[in-house]
Amino acid sequence: MESKHVNRQIAAMRQSFFDEEVLDEKFSQLEQLEGKDNPNFVEEVFTMYFKDSTAFLETIEEAMKTIPIDSIIVDNILHQLKGSSASVGANKVLKEVNKITRQVLGKGNLDGTKASILKLRKEYDSFKAKLEPYFQLKQANSVAQVK
Amino acid sequence: MNVSSVKGSMSISSSTSTWKAGDTISDQFPAGLRVLVVDDDPTCLMILEKMLIACLYKVTKCNRAETALSKLRENKNGYDIVLSDVHMPDMDGFKLLEHIGLEMDLPVIMMSADDGKQVVMKGVTHGACDYLIKPVRIEALKNIWQHVVRKRKNEWKEFEQSGSVEEGDRQPKQSDDADYSSSANEGNWKGSKKRKDEEEETDERDDTSTLKKPRVVWSVELHQQFVAAVNQLGIDKAVPKKILELMNVPGLTRENVASHLQKYRLYLRRLSGVSQHQSNLSTIISAQDPTFGSLSSLSGLDLQTLAATGQLPAQSLARLQAAGLGRATAKSGIPITLVDQRNIFSFENPKLRFGEGQQQHMTNKQQVNLLHGIPTTMEPKQLVSLRHAAQSIGNMNMQVPPHGAQNSQNNPLLMQMGQQQQQSRGQILVDSTINHAPRLSSSMGQPILSNGIATNVSSRNGIPENIRAPGYSQTPSMLNFPVNHASELPGNSFALGSTPGVSILTSKGAFQEDVNSEIKGSGGLMPSYDVFNDLNQHKPQSWELQNVGMAFDTSQHSNSLQGNLDLTQSALGQQGFSSGQMNGHNRSAAVANKAMFSTGDVKELGSAQNVNQHLNNLLVDNTIRIKSERVCDTSPANIFPDHFGQDDLMSALLKQQESVASSENEFDFDGYSMNNIPV
Repeated sequence: MESKHVNRQIAAMRQSFFDEEVLDEKFSQLEQLEGKDNPNFVEEVFTMYFKDSTAFLETIEEAMKTIPIDSIIVDNILHQLKGSSASVGANKVLKEVNKITRQVLGKGNLDGTKASILKLRKEYDSFKAKLEPYFQLKQANSVAQVK
Repeated sequence: MNVSSVKGSMSISSSTSTWKAGDTISDQFPAGLRVLVVDDDPTCLMILEKMLIACLYKVTKCNRAETALSKLRENKNGYDIVLSDVHMPDMDGFKLLEHIGLEMDLPVIMMSADDGKQVVMKGVTHGACDYLIKPVRIEALKNIWQHVVRKRKNEWKEFEQSGSVEEGDRQPKQSDDADYSSSANEGNWKGSKKRKDEEEETDERDDTSTLKKPRVVWSVELHQQFVAAVNQLGIDKAVPKKILELMNVPGLTRENVASHLQKYRLYLRRLSGVSQHQSNLSTIISAQDPTFGSLSSLSGLDLQTLAATGQLPAQSLARLQAAGLGRATAKSGIPITLVDQRNIFSFENPKLRFGEGQQQHMTNKQQVNLLHGIPTTMEPKQLVSLRHAAQSIGNMNMQVPPHGAQNSQNNPLLMQMGQQQQQSRGQILVDSTINHAPRLSSSMGQPILSNGIATNVSSRNGIPENIRAPGYSQTPSMLNFPVNHASELPGNSFALGSTPGVSILTSKGAFQEDVNSEIKGSGGLMPSYDVFNDLNQHKPQSWELQNVGMAFDTSQHSNSLQGNLDLTQSALGQQGFSSGQMNGHNRSAAVANKAMFSTGDVKELGSAQNVNQHLNNLLVDNTIRIKSERVCDTSPANIFPDHFGQDDLMSALLKQQESVASSENEFDFDGYSMNNIPV
């Protein structure tokens, strides 16, 4: 059936996220929190996460352009990103954030930090690009199934 | 998770009714636990809420601390536990924690993505029941109810201790429902009880008023009455019973007052920057019979807090000491002189980081001058006990209450003590964190100079940074200590009493008494800092004085001091002291030094001179590094103006120095880093 096929596809996508370690077990815990009453809980969480994180990254990138760089802002944002990425299970993104945090805290090595932030941005964008279609597919599928 | 069922149950439970023990909640508990969660990150907030609901709790979420506080205030008994993030834009999570503790006395759990030891420690010392690292797992949330139960149980205990028979009767009744029943008694537990049942229970409880112990909400007015009562009695004399009488609020129990007093002391301490070990201190202080359990926690605590709080009742101190001795390691923070916290707090972070390495904390130099008016009278006994506590503390930040209000503010050391009251505050924790990198931070457990001294001390302000007892590089400006006040110093062993206000002396006295080993340098040294700050002038000197004093005491104990630190510290203190004096600062501190050293303890200290020198050097460097090595460097000889039997002092100091030297230098007191105080 159409939906079965789509289901398989969704499952495969999901599995790949774990295999690639883009997501970690926190994600499964979130899934467990979903239920009949809030079937789209995970998607809602991610929507919120993407919205905030995109804004955070942009702020960091802006901050990196100023001279001197306002490390307090960068620090705060990194901290926020760390918390939220960890809470949603965004494994690779979290790793990048931790790297930068260590760098920034470690020696205030701005050049290194800049490079790391670019990497973070890349990782984040890729993450978003993977998850969003996943949710869309899920959503479409559930709608289709309802029908 | 069966969210729907959860929701269903949620709707049933009434909100905010008080949970009465005895209700059939045992099987439902902890369902219905009323949780308030505060986090500025919406993603996290959403996830937490969902998880808490999945645990069958009744959840209220806020994304701002202010909102949370107002919700709590509006509905005083409406929540059982609070979960709060540490980093929030509008208010620091720790501040929120304090407020909640003071006003509502609810258990608070902190959360953060930051798992650094310092932060976690901060959470603990500020009174958080628990600290969760993000990402928070649902399993961790499933157990948060234990904190509510525990708190209730403790309240019960206090309650009972206050002597209410009725409570006893009730107690058994409640206890049949699992432990939490009784504890929940007080709380407003919302079980799935019917409203009616709850009401009935409430009525019953009202009669006894003990079992149920409805949570007392400390409104602003009530708190003000409380503060007024405390001020009237004097912070060190403020016992719950008397406060209760003064407040004359119907329905308020001694127990309520006792626990609130504890919190308040912590709060004051915190304000003065000492906070670290407030909890410990408060425990100590508040309880006439100090529960030494807290002592252990003290270890590593900043004595400052202790000192800050100023009032470490002599008995408590004594107890602490005793306990501390047992705990020896722990004590670092023990109160050196709880001297009036208020007064003392000017130190910036009085936290005594004794050796524990906490010195680093001291960076907060907040000048908390808060306390005005609360005379901190450090009883000599306290000092003594502090000394013990000081052991680990190493840097007891003795706050020398500057009588004049010197708040030397920046120097944590000082003094805010200004409030002279202090009667011989034993140890003034002088947190000389001031600029020293090593952060001796106020660990200067310097004995709090007696009131008389305090004033002098204020002059010290100059005291440079954290004169951590051992190795304070800063030359404690002990000199400033108005050594004259010695008289004020509480009789206890503090030599101070006799000496000029130098708090150090007092500390010495205290130390002398028991701390042989306890003193861990910190005790002795610290005070000088605070005091010195005031004195400022001779920063290095003041330290010296302190050290001298401290060393002095410690020297006595040096033998027993295990923590060489103590000795070192004291030695340092002494040295500083002496050096201070030598510099002609005529600081009363110098006088104090004399007094202190005269005891001959100095000898033990070894080269007090060295210490002084060292101190001087240190001071110069402005780094408090107490490196023992440095300490030894100082050339004590000239430093100590003939105040005390310098020779004695010197020797004592020197000895300490040596021992100290062995330990590492950076302040890290961890108790005894410096100590190799030869005993």
